[in-house]
Amino acid sequence: MNDTRTPLSRARGLGSAKEGVHHWWMQRITAIALIPLVVWFAISLVMMSGADYAVVRAWIGSPLVMVLLILTIGIGLHHGQLGLQVVWEDYTDGGLRVAMIVLTKFIAVLFGLGAIVGIMRIGFGG
Amino acid sequence: MAEFALPANSKIGVGETYKAVAGTKNIKKFKVYRWTPDDGKKPSVDTYEVDMDTCGPMVLDALIKIKNETDSSLTFRRSCREGVCGSCAMNIDGTNTLACTKFIADVKGDVKIYPLPHMPVVKDLVPDLNVPYAQLASIEPWLKSTTAPPTRERIQSPEERAKLDGLWECILCFCCSTSCPSYWWSGDRYLGPAVLLQAYRWLADSRDEGKGERLDNLEDPFRLYRCHTIMNCTKTCPKSLNPAKAIGEIKKMLVERTI
Repeated sequence: MNDTRTPLSRARGLGSAKEGVHHWWMQRITAIALIPLVVWFAISLVMMSGADYAVVRAWIGSPLVMVLLILTIGIGLHHGQLGLQVVWEDYTDGGLRVAMIVLTKFIAVLFGLGAIVGIMRIGFGG
Repeated sequence: MAEFALPANSKIGVGETYKAVAGTKNIKKFKVYRWTPDDGKKPSVDTYEVDMDTCGPMVLDALIKIKNETDSSLTFRRSCREGVCGSCAMNIDGTNTLACTKFIADVKGDVKIYPLPHMPVVKDLVPDLNVPYAQLASIEPWLKSTTAPPTRERIQSPEERAKLDGLWECILCFCCSTSCPSYWWSGDRYLGPAVLLQAYRWLADSRDEGKGERLDNLEDPFRLYRCHTIMNCTKTCPKSLNPAKAIGEIKKMLVERTI
């Protein structure tokens, strides 16, 4: 199809989405939050290397640990899906782009809720 | 969208070689992209041997010498020949820059010259910049004020004026925008570093009353937020400006008005 639009019509397109600052800001805030959370998580795992199930279960059972674990999973997945959305916007187009963005968000929520339920079951001794 | 394969008409062949006159001692080879819409052929790279003893020091001097003495069909834009008009922006030795301010001596080996990347080519080294120009028009690069005009100048303090330094010097050569992978891939919707630097030039101007409206028009996942801070723009700018920083300042302004 020949594109007969004027250059200005092409430049203006459908106008501004008036959206994007929230996405950008949340990506930065979640990144900042993940710095201490991931460091804490990595150190904890290293310190428990070789520990048996009972020790890990008691660790997860601590209210503070449970909160921090849920935060790490939730914020990590939120940060990840925000980043992946940008990847789809850069590398895909049209229907595929829409499908991949929706799928990414569904999977992030599914993994997040699954992990939270798992953490709580282990922590509460299920 | 990202493109990983070149379109058929971007596959470049080997073109003609124009030898220097026998006995020429100081020869530099210029390999120049050639394409014309008139003959239906694919693009090619022609090689011109230029006598450096009778050529000026800049790449533009060599191009003009080739056009005058060797091949009058070689097509390129040029005007001021001193880095203020932005006409002779092209890709020299792998970097977007101005032919008039690029020293031939700074290029090791043969001098490879291509048009600005990822723009439609009109002919040879002349890219079609209609869309970037329209994108510039779309950000309305002029002073907006609804207050009745003063009887004399609009007052600005030296400190307020200093905020425009590093912005007003832009000559709109589009070296930066055409060096940006995000602009290559999403140039239909992303405004690109040159136009965003111009947008910030008006956002940073204390005399302008249209900031909210300007920010409304920029807040868009594609128009502004396709910038992923790759920094090619700042690296390539022949005027040593920093479009990446200007884009960062726009992003900061958008956060500032929400919190």
